[in-house]
Amino acid sequence: MSDNLQLLSISDHDLEQCLKCSICTVYCPVSGVSTSYPGPKHAGPDGERYRMKDPSFFDEKALKMCLNCKRCEVACPQGVKIGDIIQSARIKYTKHGPSLRDFTLANTDLVGGMATLAAPIANFAVSLSPVKAVMHSVLGIDKHRTFPAYASQKFETWYKRYAASSQKKFAKQVSYFHGCYVNYNFPQLGKDLVKVMNAVGYGVQLLDKEKCCGVALIANGMSKQAARQGELNLKSIGAAAKKGMEVITSSSTCTFTMRDEYGHLLNLDNKAAQDHLFLATRFLYQLIEKGEIKLAFRKDYKKKLAYHTACHMERMGWGVYSTGMLKMIPGVELIMLDSVCCGIAGTYGFKKENYEVSQKIGAPLFQQIESIHPDNVVTDCETCKWQIEMSTSAKVLNPVSILAEALDVEETRKMNGLID
Amino acid sequence: MSSTIAKKHYDVIVIGGGATGAGTVRDCALRGLKTLIVERYDFTTGATGRNHGLLHSGARYAVTDSESATECIEENMVLRKIARHCVEEHDGLFITLPEDDLAYQAKFVAACQKAGIRADIIDPEEAKRLEPAVNPTLIGAVRVPDGSVDPFRLTVSNIMDAQMHGADVLTYHEVTDLIIENGKVCGVRLLNTLNGEKSEERAEIVVNAAGIWGSLIARKAGITINMFPAKGSLLVFGHRVNNMVINRCRKPANADILVPGDAITVIGTTSDRVPIETVDDMRVTPEEVEVLLKEGIQLAPALATTRILRAYAGVRPLVASDNDPSGRSISRGIVCLDHETRDGLAGFVTITGGKLMTYRLMAETVTDLVCQKLAVNQKCQTASLPLPGTAETPSLSSKKSYAFNAQAGRHGVLADNIPAKDKMDNALVCECEEVTVGEIKYVVEKQHVKTLTQLRRRTRVGMGTCQSELCAMRAAHVLGAACGISVKESTADLADFINERWKGMYPVGWGPTLNEAQLMSNVYQGLCGLDKQ
Repeated sequence: MSDNLQLLSISDHDLEQCLKCSICTVYCPVSGVSTSYPGPKHAGPDGERYRMKDPSFFDEKALKMCLNCKRCEVACPQGVKIGDIIQSARIKYTKHGPSLRDFTLANTDLVGGMATLAAPIANFAVSLSPVKAVMHSVLGIDKHRTFPAYASQKFETWYKRYAASSQKKFAKQVSYFHGCYVNYNFPQLGKDLVKVMNAVGYGVQLLDKEKCCGVALIANGMSKQAARQGELNLKSIGAAAKKGMEVITSSSTCTFTMRDEYGHLLNLDNKAAQDHLFLATRFLYQLIEKGEIKLAFRKDYKKKLAYHTACHMERMGWGVYSTGMLKMIPGVELIMLDSVCCGIAGTYGFKKENYEVSQKIGAPLFQQIESIHPDNVVTDCETCKWQIEMSTSAKVLNPVSILAEALDVEETRKMNGLID
Repeated sequence: MSSTIAKKHYDVIVIGGGATGAGTVRDCALRGLKTLIVERYDFTTGATGRNHGLLHSGARYAVTDSESATECIEENMVLRKIARHCVEEHDGLFITLPEDDLAYQAKFVAACQKAGIRADIIDPEEAKRLEPAVNPTLIGAVRVPDGSVDPFRLTVSNIMDAQMHGADVLTYHEVTDLIIENGKVCGVRLLNTLNGEKSEERAEIVVNAAGIWGSLIARKAGITINMFPAKGSLLVFGHRVNNMVINRCRKPANADILVPGDAITVIGTTSDRVPIETVDDMRVTPEEVEVLLKEGIQLAPALATTRILRAYAGVRPLVASDNDPSGRSISRGIVCLDHETRDGLAGFVTITGGKLMTYRLMAETVTDLVCQKLAVNQKCQTASLPLPGTAETPSLSSKKSYAFNAQAGRHGVLADNIPAKDKMDNALVCECEEVTVGEIKYVVEKQHVKTLTQLRRRTRVGMGTCQSELCAMRAAHVLGAACGISVKESTADLADFINERWKGMYPVGWGPTLNEAQLMSNVYQGLCGLDKQ
């Protein structure tokens, strides 16, 4: 009887699948260190119920404390999209525009583009204590933070000048979504990726056009701009796929945002793009599994590595690809760090009001790293890298960079039939 | 409650702690009468606590019963003034669906206007804009001043005000007999339903305001009141599906009112005659659930995919007029019986029939009669004097905590008196409904709370999505500490409370509600061994 009338009591309101078991709160990094955050269950499904009654129940201050790490969603036995409920509420109910600080932190393309033009000056300036003091008190960017250095040459510029022409000769091609970090701060990672892909017989193309994935815009209340940028990225990914190229990335957060957040949070149709978007390590791992490519590593490469599972890697469940690749390197001793949040969460930790919480969240991770004392910490997320490098003595690398430095290029090319 | 009340001779004893009894004791106290209210369990245990919580505009009765319609709209406007913290003024829609006769709409609007009810025909598109949850196939819509009212809050506010004006209160005291001397009722014999102690209280006049149980009270004096208990079942949905009341624009029928209230939505009701012997244990049947759902989906299709928290049923005290013993033409109007003129028994009056909406008018009617009998010349003030909590409505403010805003919704301005200074007072007991330790302390002190069920009626503890899975144990602890209840009693209370929650979940036990119940039983039985106690 009633079963026929209510076949599915699953509605758009997946908040109602919540059984209030509170396991999400146990896994929430913020709840672990701060009593002023109500926790994912309460800020998400519980609060949404009251916000549906009256939008004045929107508690902006509390909801802003959410890192959007999605560890709550990984923990939830009912599959409730708790993080999405919280972020959607912020998008829906925040009435005011972003502050100058949030605007600056979120507009990675605009700020990065300007800074790379005068990289030495910009890097020097943001490292000065008077400048830091002004940024701290006027903008609200915490003075303890070290800003990621800007490169003097953008990755895109390097690629066009030195790499583009040599990519054409490869029979197989992939497209690369490099993201802001590679473009403005750390072109070396992009160069490493080109090196690895070339060695296994893949030419690397840039997308027709790419913009910042928008993760920082969403977090800072600029979802409309994020949606515009998202549309452009999806169009470029679609165009690459049409030409038969998969799109690879080297940042877990950009990948997660485009694959998983565009749909729920920005109402963009990203279904088609999802199947063509890969983190480079996942792409490589699957090719090796299928026997399509082989890798050879330097005999003299020896390193003790500690792998940190970035939150969004945990959410995608893709940590296994990156660590799988690292384990293939004979000289690597790989230690898995406990899967916990490092506390930075993109622009979150840069904000003065979040600095303390951010460092408290990361403390157990920092201690574990110091006690292991690895040659490098490896992680797929650039903001985790900044946080860990600022808070520990470790130098942090992306798995792609490890592959590039451990790779025996000549031997690999031979094994993949690329001898000229 | 307390047995320390010094024996005194009252002017009036009111039997029944529903809205009518509470309204009557307040009215009597405001007119300076020495009054006592007795209730066998807690306030609002009967029909007052088991209805839609609809602030009727009267439109529903406009075509069929214009007298009730007029009473409703007048009382509706009064409650908006005197009980602002108990009502939500969101208006309602009467929708016409393709299978309904659109011609009824004109008749309906004309009848509303005649009764003084604002009724605006609006474009179906406008209706969809105002209330996105409404059935999109509607072909007509009328907007009326419906709203919702919290009957628990309303009743307790009346009691609090009565006490402020000198009234005494005895809950958990059941009337076992009326004391009749020389052809006159002069008091009641009482049984304490918690500890079995017997006592008696005396008064000039006894007012029978016991709802459907009123016929049983009257029977104790050998008086027959021809009552027809009508069971009405309702379903509670997990969140606010709609923000306006949605009704069908047709002759009143089953399950055609969907009311948003607090953070939930309620559909109801069914209507079935039941024997008087069964009214203490109403259970919702699968057939009723099916009717409610089937009809509810017609009002708002989203109900088909919304979690149902629980089902419950109440009993309407319908009264047949004295010249119609068969009950064929039953009215929903107010019935005030002076047993001195009707049955030759002085000192005894009955107030019954009516509706939650007209509780104040019922109280005024019976208090007028009482005053006339006692030769007290005092005017009724209840239509204009605000209830405690109603001064200026505290506006929701981002400066105050989220929990405070929820509590202000329950207690009005009195929420300012809830202890909230230290961390412990602000700690949440019920996370779904934002009940803090401070709020529990407050209601224990001010609102006669000794059991979890009483606590639930005052604060909504356990009424949210988890149906007490998370909060009941914490609440039992805080309540036990605040009232000095022994662990043994507290454990028994907890078991009762959980069972009562389960009773409401059982008829709708599928999907997430079943999962919730399973988790709840794992927690309370598996983990805590509550059934082993």
